Amino acid sequence: MPSQRTYDAIVVGAGHNGLINGAYLAKSGLNTLILERRHLVGGAAITEELHPGFQFTTFSYALSHIRPEIIHELDLVEHGFMPLLMESLLAPMENGDYLLLGQDEQRNITEIRRHSKHDADAYQQFTHDVAMVVRAIKPLLDSIPPNIVSKEPEELVRMAALAQHMRDLPPRVIHNAVRLLMGSAADFLDDYFESEILKASIASSGIIGSKVGPRSQGSGLVLLFMAVGEHDGDQGAWAFHKGGNGGFTQVLATAARAFGAEIAVESPVDTVTTDNGRATGVVLADGTEIEAGIVVSSLDPRRTFLELVDPRELPSDLVESINRMKFQGTSAKVNFALDGLPTFPALADRGPEPYRGFINLGPTIDYLERAFDDAKYGWFSKRPYLDSCIQSTIDPDMAPPGKHVMSNFVQYTPFELKGSDWDTERENLGDTVQAVIEGFFPGFGDLVLHREVVTPLDIERTLGLTEGNIYAGEFLAPQMYFFRPAPGWNQYRTPIAGYYQCGSGTHPGGCVMGGPGRLAASQIIGDLEAAE
Amino acid sequence: MYRTTPFYERTSVLNKTGLWAHWSGYLSAAQYQLSEKFEYFAVRNSAGVYDTSPLYKYSIRGRDAEKFLSGVLARDIRKCRPGRAQYTIWCDDDGFVIEDGVINRLSATEFMLSAAEPNLAYFQGLVGYEEVEIEDVSDSIASFAFQGPLSRRILSAISPDVDKLGYFHLTETKIGGSPVTVSRTGYTGDLGYEIWSPADEALGVWDAVFEASEGYGVVPFGETALLMTRIEAGLLLIGADFRPSRFAWTDADKSTPLELGFGWMFRSIETESRPFIGREAIRNELSNGSRWRLIGLVLDWQSWDDVYGRAGHVPPKDHTPLAEETMLYKDEEQVGFATSWMYSPMVQRHIAIAQVRPELAALGTEVSFEVTIDHHLDYVKARVTRMPFYDPPHKTA
Ligand SMILES: Cc1cc2nc3c(=O)[nH]c(=O)nc-3n(C[C@H](O)[C@H](O)[C@H](O)COP(=O)(O)OP(=O)(O)OC[C@H]3O[C@@H](n4cnc5c(N)ncnc54)[C@H](O)[C@@H]3O)c2cc1C
Repeated sequence: MPSQRTYDAIVVGAGHNGLINGAYLAKSGLNTLILERRHLVGGAAITEELHPGFQFTTFSYALSHIRPEIIHELDLVEHGFMPLLMESLLAPMENGDYLLLGQDEQRNITEIRRHSKHDADAYQQFTHDVAMVVRAIKPLLDSIPPNIVSKEPEELVRMAALAQHMRDLPPRVIHNAVRLLMGSAADFLDDYFESEILKASIASSGIIGSKVGPRSQGSGLVLLFMAVGEHDGDQGAWAFHKGGNGGFTQVLATAARAFGAEIAVESPVDTVTTDNGRATGVVLADGTEIEAGIVVSSLDPRRTFLELVDPRELPSDLVESINRMKFQGTSAKVNFALDGLPTFPALADRGPEPYRGFINLGPTIDYLERAFDDAKYGWFSKRPYLDSCIQSTIDPDMAPPGKHVMSNFVQYTPFELKGSDWDTERENLGDTVQAVIEGFFPGFGDLVLHREVVTPLDIERTLGLTEGNIYAGEFLAPQMYFFRPAPGWNQYRTPIAGYYQCGSGTHPGGCVMGGPGRLAASQIIGDLEAAE
Repeated sequence: MYRTTPFYERTSVLNKTGLWAHWSGYLSAAQYQLSEKFEYFAVRNSAGVYDTSPLYKYSIRGRDAEKFLSGVLARDIRKCRPGRAQYTIWCDDDGFVIEDGVINRLSATEFMLSAAEPNLAYFQGLVGYEEVEIEDVSDSIASFAFQGPLSRRILSAISPDVDKLGYFHLTETKIGGSPVTVSRTGYTGDLGYEIWSPADEALGVWDAVFEASEGYGVVPFGETALLMTRIEAGLLLIGADFRPSRFAWTDADKSTPLELGFGWMFRSIETESRPFIGREAIRNELSNGSRWRLIGLVLDWQSWDDVYGRAGHVPPKDHTPLAEETMLYKDEEQVGFATSWMYSPMVQRHIAIAQVRPELAALGTEVSFEVTIDHHLDYVKARVTRMPFYDPPHKTA
């Protein structure tokens, strides 16, 4: 329960964006309260002991996007920030062979040459080309985007600066950016590679969290988004935070409190109160009223605009945009507690080393595209794509000695099932996923001690993410940057004065990134300074 | 040919990379697995094993051993009780540092000193009529470090004495049926131990520790990971952060203990009468001032990003430990030099061990750190900070 009745600012939701936003507001001197519906903070980034001694990353499972500025500005290192390197990508193939890429660039080249001599330097070229695009777009991720419908001089200046930034880029970089933003991952990769396993293991990052296949336009954008993160400056590399992403959000909560923010769990917000077009506070589900001149919603745009406030207070074109926004979650999680380390036969003598990163179960573009086909017609994939990690090989504290936890991100699992529902199909999905793993890791089933199946419906129910979309709104070009979540409302403000948005449904978007939380805070603090 | 350590039968199989460094004439694994950074994280998050056998080890024993050492070593050995270890240095008459090492006091009259460089002739040359015997036991004692937050839990399961072992304490115990000395010492700045055993029983000890480690994510780690941890720990490396005064060309190439941050060893130099080599020179320096002062530097992340961003680069954050001199400036004047630096994954900043003019050694003082980008020099802001850079409570708890 909150300790006071009045605050300067209230943040609704203690996912990582809510925590980051609240920490910045508190750091700026505002008396800040963060309200969380559940019994724990973290939102989609939590770690739970679901089987005695086994720590599960129920939802989100790896870290790369977190903006480095946040690490520094919020003193996260002092509060226990510890991103352990996920060192490799293991992509098993159906013929028993595999592709194993890691930190050693020279060894990666020899490994790729095993599959295609052509693709060795092609891979270097690809990596560099993507890195050049990432460098070009990074400034856009770390700043408040222009308001495309505004005629305010300030916004025209912002647009001009954006145009200038684009003009300064080499033509090859611009063209690659457009090819990625508009095109398909498969088309882009076809321009570089001939090896199927190499293409598939890269293309799979173009479908994460999204209702697109590798051959769909739009998968290029997702591929690019998955490449903008880093681990210690190594672009596109991922970390497993000590204790999982839940370990990370605990660090955020400690930091937020250290800046003076108060966090109240089991405090669901029912409505944001307004008076004469101004936010005045919130009412909790139990009727408690708390006052604040600033209220920030970290919930997804549907809930921010249509649930927490009365949509009739909002312009109808905004309401229409929000209603049209695509969520259509198609991802699930199946997590296991294991009695021992699964082994891929061709690597049986290598111990845990090849598994200390991602395991990509989706060996060909056709495999991925077929998995998508099922989803198009309203059913989950007969042979789903899995992005797997055995996290206890990276952080031994995740499981008892010699035992393991395995996280499997699953696609495709459409939110709407034709002729059935997820409560009926939950364990069928679990069995389907387990069968795929068994195919690559014979004997896997014998290791299973506990299984947790998280369907898109569970994601929606537990977290409030509409239709279980992991990003709080699809990563489709019409829903990004100028348009996230709606044209004219991409700068964290809302039509209600003092009511702001800071969740993954705002720019730059989903993933454990913190960009929305940080940029929203800078907008709020800027508005307060301007008002003084 | 290069020699191999008593653990080579194991390390040669564990080393999957074929990358070996040369250390005191021995093959020493540079990295065992594909990612040296993973080995580093094992030390910070679980535990790692490092073969330290190439260290020189001297047994110093006899009725006058304590008296001898109290005159030879700059730090007062009389304060080191049996069952304790001491990090120490030895200096020349002019108060310059010859070397550093760790000395284990096994009993009232028995010591074992480990050091990176050979020192037998030097020590033996200092023995007068005292009853002291100094023996090079480097070949007969094998040693490895077992370092990381899980090291105590794992080691005390096979050697219960370890559970209560204090920081810089030692115990004589058995591992794998062999007699060993376990000291709570190390070069990583983490919770950790070093295990000393007869060379011909080394493999059994190693195997027992690895067996007890099963399931805890313990890996052997190589020199790259070790050097990362030692910079984070703010621990000096001979040849990198200072040079042994015995072999220096000039005084400018030598360092005094006060310049290297060892002033804490001499807190009672004015009130005690213990004679030791270098004492008068150190007292003089204490009253007249030093040329340099050892400091830790943390590079400003924003300034680093700006400097590289301006040059059109993606700012590199390379964890590879560099032991090369880098110049430091204040108002265009060179005011110091960094001797070891890296990007620290734990601190999430570039960190450097450096020396500056004493007046600039106060915490928070800003200096400029020279970097080379695309064939030109540029300057990154850096601030004086406390060392160790990474200092987890479990190190000493
Ligand atoms: C299954 C899954 C796997 C993922 N994997 C990854 C990954 O590996 N790496 C990665 O970077 N990203 C991943 N993501 C995406 C990423 O986790 C999310 O984009 C991000 O965590 C969302 O953060 P947020 O703070 O914006 O929102 P959320 O984390 O959704 O936080 C919103 C919070 O608001 C609370 N709340 C809801 N309603 C109310 C109310 N009325 N009152 C008070 N509180 C309320 C919720 O309980 C929740 O805690 C994954 C997401 C999912 C679902």
